[in-house]
Amino acid sequence: MHWTEYLPPLMEGAWVTIQLTVYSTVLGAALAFAAGIGKLSSNWLIKAVSVAYIEVFRGTSLLVQLFWLYFALPIAGMAIGIDLRLPPVAAGVLALSLNIGAYGAEVVRGAIQSVHQDQHEAARALNFTPRQTLWNITIPQAIPEMMPSFGNLAVQNLKDTALVSLISLGDLAFRAEQIRNYTQDSTTIYSMLLVTYFGMALVLTAIMRSLEAYVGRWRTARS
Amino acid sequence: MTDDPIIKFDSVVKRFGDLTVLDELNFEVKKGEKVSIIGPSGSGKSTVLRILMTLEEINGGMVTVGGEPLWHEKAADGSLKPASEAHLRKMRVQLGMVFQQFNLFPHMTVLRNITEAPTKVLGLSKAEAKERAEELLELVGLADQASKYPHQLSGGQQQRVGIARALAMRPNVLLFDEPTSALDPELVGEVLNVIGKLAEEHDLTMLLVTHEMRFAREISDRVCFFDQGRIREEGAPEDLFTDPNEERTREFLKAVLD
Repeated sequence: MHWTEYLPPLMEGAWVTIQLTVYSTVLGAALAFAAGIGKLSSNWLIKAVSVAYIEVFRGTSLLVQLFWLYFALPIAGMAIGIDLRLPPVAAGVLALSLNIGAYGAEVVRGAIQSVHQDQHEAARALNFTPRQTLWNITIPQAIPEMMPSFGNLAVQNLKDTALVSLISLGDLAFRAEQIRNYTQDSTTIYSMLLVTYFGMALVLTAIMRSLEAYVGRWRTARS
Repeated sequence: MTDDPIIKFDSVVKRFGDLTVLDELNFEVKKGEKVSIIGPSGSGKSTVLRILMTLEEINGGMVTVGGEPLWHEKAADGSLKPASEAHLRKMRVQLGMVFQQFNLFPHMTVLRNITEAPTKVLGLSKAEAKERAEELLELVGLADQASKYPHQLSGGQQQRVGIARALAMRPNVLLFDEPTSALDPELVGEVLNVIGKLAEEHDLTMLLVTHEMRFAREISDRVCFFDQGRIREEGAPEDLFTDPNEERTREFLKAVLD
């Protein structure tokens, strides 16, 4: 088999990888905001739930989370009479976003806390409610602070998607493994795999950079 | 100017840990009065403003604004209890503050810095808030800078935006916390001009903590010299600056004016 013949199945897998990355990064960002803000809440229940979520998902391996959601959850569900079988895509996206969300939550919390006390005083003097201060003053200033770390997390997430091939999802790594089993052409296949992941990471980094520039445009406007 | 005190400090105590910043302070400001507070660093000058703006709690005594307790509110049985956040919110409407470090919102344009609170807090429509902001930008001489971000302005311009932002809430009392201390010397004048114009043209009550002695003398109805958490001496500017009664005032003025 000529190496160009590997391309169609690899590209098919790459498309699955891209979808997984996009879905789980977006869902992960939402979870990161919810838990990061929740951890700063004055409500102890919200705070406790956020802290528990962050610590559990940072403190266990992604692979175990993935296996648990895909293999263990349905059996646990069966025991209590609920159908908790997840399609592989759902289990994959869920595990990836829960994992990235837990790391992202700490980024969100740190960025929110880094906004200067002066800003809170100005907001209080203008009689904003704490909620208005959070959403109109603090978070808009915190988001540009988060972006470099979010960029790292997104690339990390892209690479982590390779793990979902272990629950038989047809992503890039899964397709590569199939071709290798068939052809035994390890060097070519794995080299192509490396290059494809690297290419996707470059594109993702570029996207995150422009997003960073966009959300921080007030910091760079020229006079 | 009427005789009712709009601001009253009655034996107010403020401590930071072991340090007593305000030591049973008694202090009054009448409606429409322009009062300057001068004194050495750490004498509690800024703390007076920060207590009024509800940025610092008091540890004893009573503060009233417009005749109503600021840090206390009436409980159901008529006794006074510590103020709730809702009470503070209600009281804060009367006050506005201009900060030493300007504290503008860096992610908002000049215009939005001024319209944000009137729309979100007072419920003005966007058009009303914009009209109000444009008038105020005119007043502070920055009508052409509305679409800039704060970091694109000089310190003096930023502080003038800070003044416009505070005025947009239409407070009865405007507090100036060393408004020119963070500015390069050549930018102090433009900010003082704006404050001076306000003092002259508005019946706004103004409370100014400053190190600009000449300016304090020009615009104030009364000057208070703070020392060690108390008012050591107060009086009309011409008296206090030319012929202070207290030795401590004399020393301080000599040190800052020379």
